Amino acid sequence: MGSIMDYLYFPGCTLYTKAKNLDQTARNCSLLLGFELKELPNWTCCGATFPLATDNIMALLPPSRILARARQEGTTLTTLCAICFNVIKRTNRLIQNDGEKREKINNFIEMNYQGDLRVLHYLEILKQEIGFPQIKERVRKPLAGLKAAAYYGCMLLRPFDEMGFDDKERPTLFEEFLEAMGAEPVDFPYKIECCGSFQSVGSPEVATECGYKILGSAIKNGAEVVVSTCPMCTFNIDHKQSDIKQKYLDFKSIPVLYFTQLLGMAMGLDYQTLGFEQNFVDPLPLLKEKGFI
Amino acid sequence: MKENGKFIKRAMVIGGGIAGISASIDIGNAGYDVVLVEKLPSIGGRMLQLSETFPTLDCAQCTLTPKTVETGQHPHIKLLTYSEVDRVEGKAGNFTVKIRRKAAYVDWEKCTGCGLCQEKCPSKKPSEFDRGMGMGKAIYTLSPQAVPNKPVINPSNCRYFLEKKCRVCEKVCPVGAIDYEQQDRFVEERVGAIITAVGIDLIPKETFGEYGYGTIPDVIDGLAFERLNSASGPTTGAIRRPSDGKVPKEVVFIQCTGSRDPERYMPYCSRVCCMYTAKHARLYKHKVHDGQAYIFYMDIRSTGKGYEEFIQQGMEEEGILYLRGRVSRIFRDDGRVVVWGVDTLTGKKVEISADMVVLATAIIPQGGTKGLAQKLGINTDEYGFFTEAERKLRPVETNVEGIYLAGCAQGPKDIADAVAHANGAASKVQGLFAKH
Repeated sequence: MGSIMDYLYFPGCTLYTKAKNLDQTARNCSLLLGFELKELPNWTCCGATFPLATDNIMALLPPSRILARARQEGTTLTTLCAICFNVIKRTNRLIQNDGEKREKINNFIEMNYQGDLRVLHYLEILKQEIGFPQIKERVRKPLAGLKAAAYYGCMLLRPFDEMGFDDKERPTLFEEFLEAMGAEPVDFPYKIECCGSFQSVGSPEVATECGYKILGSAIKNGAEVVVSTCPMCTFNIDHKQSDIKQKYLDFKSIPVLYFTQLLGMAMGLDYQTLGFEQNFVDPLPLLKEKGFI
Repeated sequence: MKENGKFIKRAMVIGGGIAGISASIDIGNAGYDVVLVEKLPSIGGRMLQLSETFPTLDCAQCTLTPKTVETGQHPHIKLLTYSEVDRVEGKAGNFTVKIRRKAAYVDWEKCTGCGLCQEKCPSKKPSEFDRGMGMGKAIYTLSPQAVPNKPVINPSNCRYFLEKKCRVCEKVCPVGAIDYEQQDRFVEERVGAIITAVGIDLIPKETFGEYGYGTIPDVIDGLAFERLNSASGPTTGAIRRPSDGKVPKEVVFIQCTGSRDPERYMPYCSRVCCMYTAKHARLYKHKVHDGQAYIFYMDIRSTGKGYEEFIQQGMEEEGILYLRGRVSRIFRDDGRVVVWGVDTLTGKKVEISADMVVLATAIIPQGGTKGLAQKLGINTDEYGFFTEAERKLRPVETNVEGIYLAGCAQGPKDIADAVAHANGAASKVQGLFAKH
């Protein structure tokens, strides 16, 4: 790896609040890997959901504005939150392919953006731009013997045609990442299932059931820790574990970590800088038992 | 008329499945000579792999074997098995076809078909003919009633070809027919008309990520189920699932796997899956009385004679549970196969923890169909099926005079339709010959 490269970075709202540990660890890991996350100035909320109604231009404006501003700063935009990634990437694709919408959007935001920005998830940067073999070389403390379940959730992958993130039915990118850090990926059938998403607000029992099934399946397949990329998923499967436990008496809790927390640990960052205090289920006993800290 | 004035009244049929056999017998019975070219070591085609056939539940081999035997013994039919068409020249009345006769590594002139070599061959690999449900030897025939009953050696399985040792078949052969040095050779045949009756394949189950990309052993395709259920198959007809040999008590059948799915796979209907899935479920119930069969379907298309009655009987008398909906995912859990689907009639999601899943995968043309079309100068459609001269009124003719179509290479067909199509092609050939 040569000189420091910059990637334009859109953090998104949760990365400044509930998912600060995801933000911080990602920034720190980047520096160790030879690139910097350059925060987009004056960013706003991404809109949080991609509008499914075809005539709903208004909901496309926040992500369009983000994209247009980012294009003024560079050519590649990266995000960490899977929902932001989904909304921004799909909006970008729409602007690229739909001339009529593009014109309308540009008129609204009074900017001229043609859709010529690369939108990459942080994991894609690690794989495509840095390379997992190179990351493997940077690992100081391999996570040997850690049985980790890679949980993709749905926002990284769906809709398949628009996201184009790895294999649509059986992605392995996340597992390859875990292998590069020396961990043992655990395959489990629920790895691309929905976490319940915003149902946790309106119909919490739906999200609780999703969480129970996802975590239960990971545990059944031998996982000691579940690894997530998404603050929404993490909310439903980590923070909501108390609800799951209340409803399902046989449920045993399991730590849920952000992938960047594991990366930081493997690359030798001090565990006290990895934001474990923000994780609902305390991972420290497991990490101590494994001898990582 | 031809330049030398002589119109050759001799036909070639390419493909020795039920369509090719039917066409050959028809033309032969009319008194014209026929050359039947088949790429496998013996004739019979896909039908030879089937256990029983709908809607009568006749044993496929029992109805097919008299036909294959008749073909083999017919005074007007010359069989060229283990052979492929290499080049075609000329026009109606005067085609010259160059044929590659693949090296069998067995001298068929000497071989008596005693079967000793197959019995003693030490190399066992999953058998392609049995769709991986059982093991096959490196020297093999496709069935005990193979026509011709002559074995071939598959060099990619044979210890002698791989490791330069073994030669067991050579040692045991009582007539010295094994010839490891045999090479492919070419022969030329001159004919006046050609019928292409090459067949079909199934879209590989490895295509379907939602169904595990073929990695779940107890998820099999329809032809594999035929082999499991066949009395001459690897389990001698006992329904045993591949992973551990247990008798499956809950079996899920999924119709339209890859068919009628324009966004992802094949947009067309494969035409036989509704019927063969009903047949599979019923045959399963005949063998596993306390088993439960579930069928996921989109629509039931049972338009043949006696077909709808066949389906109804399965539903009403044999307790087969039909669920109208698609399956979104299949995965393995604790040795069982979990099926996630939807029943669109109740609007409910369905989860079935099954022992085995059978996919009715879409029918596609065989790999070599396009290449053969190029050699013959005829057309294929976007999926690789041969194009007929006119969709409604000229279903067996092509855009080249003297070249006709029979069976599934023109489009998916059941046995009855394939035979009727072949009879039509044969009568076109006879008409052409009678005219000159």
